[in-house]
Amino acid sequence: MGERALERARDIDGRVQQGKAGSLAGVVMATKDILAMKDQPLTCGSHILNNYKSPFDATLIERLEAEDAIIIGKTNMDEFAMGSSTENSHFGAVKNPLDTSRVPGGSSGGSAVAVAADMALAAIGTDTGGSIRQPAAFCGVVGLKPTYGRVSRYGLVAYASSFDQAGPITRTVEDAALVLETIAGVDPHDSTSAPIDVPRFSSEVNQDVQGLRIGLPKEYFAEGLAPDMRSSLKQAIELLDRAGAKIMEVSLPHTEYAIATYYVLVTAEASSNLARYDGARYGFRSENPASLDEMYIQSRTQGFGEEVKRRIMLGTYVLSAGYYDAYYRKAQKVRTLIRRDFDEVFKTCDCLLTPTAPTTAFKLGDKLDNPLTMYLADIYTVSVNLAGLPAISVPCGKDSSGLPVGLQLIGKPFDESMVIRIGDFVEKQIADQQNAPA
Amino acid sequence: MSVTIRDVEKVAQLAKLDFSHDQKVELARQLDEIVAYMEKLRELDTDDLQATFHVQDLDNVFRDDETKPSISQESALQNAPRVNRGYFSVPKAIG
Repeated sequence: MGERALERARDIDGRVQQGKAGSLAGVVMATKDILAMKDQPLTCGSHILNNYKSPFDATLIERLEAEDAIIIGKTNMDEFAMGSSTENSHFGAVKNPLDTSRVPGGSSGGSAVAVAADMALAAIGTDTGGSIRQPAAFCGVVGLKPTYGRVSRYGLVAYASSFDQAGPITRTVEDAALVLETIAGVDPHDSTSAPIDVPRFSSEVNQDVQGLRIGLPKEYFAEGLAPDMRSSLKQAIELLDRAGAKIMEVSLPHTEYAIATYYVLVTAEASSNLARYDGARYGFRSENPASLDEMYIQSRTQGFGEEVKRRIMLGTYVLSAGYYDAYYRKAQKVRTLIRRDFDEVFKTCDCLLTPTAPTTAFKLGDKLDNPLTMYLADIYTVSVNLAGLPAISVPCGKDSSGLPVGLQLIGKPFDESMVIRIGDFVEKQIADQQNAPA
Repeated sequence: MSVTIRDVEKVAQLAKLDFSHDQKVELARQLDEIVAYMEKLRELDTDDLQATFHVQDLDNVFRDDETKPSISQESALQNAPRVNRGYFSVPKAIG
């Protein structure tokens, strides 16, 4: 990986001198180890893919390299992106660089840390239920989850295919816009990538917010949100109000059903997607299996970690005869209700503003004993994936322990421009305020 | 409704996973707690609603029926645990 990066750097130096360099020339990047890079390891944080090397490049990696970005490494993650703390990796837990007794969030924790600790200027993460936005919030950086279909999933190892979407984690909103406009767009290798024009997202920075209608969903500001986080968000809302944005309270009445709906559907999709790890064609195979069935069972049992097995079990359960209608079918219908909630509020709003997560970074080990408690930590992020919407998390002050608070902006489908525009405004206003003389 | 050890055993068989007795007890307890939480969805009347399988406005996406270059047999087999004469090799399935 290092050699490939150095060789590319020399090539790009040459192109810079000739005036032919790409738009991301020399930008040092990292990618979550769930994206394929030709002849490089692709582990997904799992023992089952320990020795796997990808035979091809993911489309988004090709697009970044075509614009002369340099990818210097792959980042640790919750195994197969299943987790909210990056403690579920076969290769060990990731720590938060701002306080090493705390988690960096997950599942793209390694990517958020690479950016927060200045190891890379930008990193690619993936977001199935908040896995770009929540670690960005916990590490005090920017995380942008594009609309479902905006970025090709070719070369992105599948977890829950109707939810997964890749996007940038960066230090600034402008950087996120620059990366997104490079990786976005239809791809013949991914039939779910959207045949919709890609605007120049980076031209949305330094715009005003006058007259923009910003909705505050009351369900996201209910009890359970810590008072110091609430006051950080309130400050940002006041800045927007003073700048002429129209702030309005709205309601997404089915929010309380989002976690249950999400965990039925993603585990169902995961149990199906992860059936491919059978020890036959690639990945880990158990020693001396007595029969074909024994090979499947032992390779999977020894190859997968605890949380992955739990989700495969849950997904298989909700899809099994007798439970399919009660759980899987039911959750798909509730997904319709959750989408309609958003359709309804977007008739009167341009964008929604919420906290990214109900808490700031929690302690390592805090939620490991109880899977349901960990799932509930995704309360403010999963609805966005159920509805396939774009959303960004931007830093918005600190809590009483000095840990970063994340502010989430949610846009209409394919209106990343709006969340970038408002996110950039909030980021710069907060910076101005911090730099202002007392 | 509660998730029993028998349920865990049946689902493990379907998912091709193996668990020790202690793990089964723990899994039954955890899955029971999670499934009980999911029961919340029953509060909603969804009889007349369409299911959402995916969130896009796309119908079938077709491409022209043309042959295009693909990866070589060598790279398709490069990650295989065992290979025999250009095939994936697995334990005998028929006695």
